[in-house]
Amino acid sequence: MRYIEPHGHMVSRTTDDYQAMVTAGCVAVCEPAFWAGFDRGSVSGFRDYYRQLTEYEPARAAKFLLPHFSWLCLNPKESEDLALARDVLAMIPEFLDRPNVLGIGEIGLNRNTRNEMTVLERHVELAVQHDQLILVHTPHLEDKLKGTNLILDLLSSHRGVKPERVIIDHVEEHTIQRVLDRGFWAGITLYPDSKSSPPRAVDMLEICGRERIWMNSACDWGVSDPLAVPKTALEMRRRGHSADFVDAVLFRNPHRFLSQCPKFKIAESPAG
Amino acid sequence: MSKSRTKKPSPTRGPVPTAAARAVVDHGFIPVRAKLIEVAAFLDRAERHAIADDFRVAALRDAAELLVDGKPERARRILEQLSDPTTEPEAVSSGKAALGAWRPAAPATAKK
Repeated sequence: MRYIEPHGHMVSRTTDDYQAMVTAGCVAVCEPAFWAGFDRGSVSGFRDYYRQLTEYEPARAAKFLLPHFSWLCLNPKESEDLALARDVLAMIPEFLDRPNVLGIGEIGLNRNTRNEMTVLERHVELAVQHDQLILVHTPHLEDKLKGTNLILDLLSSHRGVKPERVIIDHVEEHTIQRVLDRGFWAGITLYPDSKSSPPRAVDMLEICGRERIWMNSACDWGVSDPLAVPKTALEMRRRGHSADFVDAVLFRNPHRFLSQCPKFKIAESPAG
Repeated sequence: MSKSRTKKPSPTRGPVPTAAARAVVDHGFIPVRAKLIEVAAFLDRAERHAIADDFRVAALRDAAELLVDGKPERARRILEQLSDPTTEPEAVSSGKAALGAWRPAAPATAKK
């Protein structure tokens, strides 16, 4: 089995996780910029983090022959300081030409505030100006439905946004269909205690179909499982879905979306 | 002959491979049975510790009613019931972490 981990915060993981992922069939990992668990206090703090995502982490993954790609942004959890956000966004273009940078993400909303909306708009404008793919984080728990609606309205009202170049991540049963109906891609995140479990993720595939959907572990410094994606393959096979179905969801779908960025090149091809 | 005490489930859409339909129950029943007992034990625990009126516990009790109403798409409907139903962005953040159930903002109290 082969799969792509399209959303993993690998700077928070141990090197053992790289070994386990490659052993399980991972052929590429993509790392969106994330919140560190505390608010970074300066532009230079973000610059160091972007260097980690574009220099150090790809080298660490390469020791296990695993291609590593990244997405850059200021996380929605750090959007309340508008002045710092403005300065960080002004610095991001310095890194957009790095060979492993796929786009702007994970942007979005956390508590659905006006300041978060302002910073989201600035990120979208940055992505459009630089013709970047967009990866969107939708809020947690009781905030997800409202946040998803706000995000969809904002993206749909921007004439420069192409829905086929945007993935809306962390969808659940109450948000997935509205994301797909607007023409965007949908990401299902597999978490032990929140977001989706492997059985619920496969339920969504059976109800909504497998087009424009990817799955990810979003493994980070919290309770999460870097092998959640291959474990979901087992759930698919137990229900009688074919090996081709598994390959389509876990490899060919993310490959199709990510290949819209010409920098996404890996040895494995969709034809196998 | 056993008799279910709940409403008969409605048929759902979606293609589950028929040969594996049995596996949905064979592999799924024991883990879900365990989670249902966890829910029951949590509600018992909240009552025993006199915290059952917490808005999150109350939201869980209300959401649990959807499990046995005989209608489909229980997961979607429970998620929607636990969601913030408002539509306008918040003026200020109430903290970085969501709580899992929505609670209306408390009315502002008059200052002396």
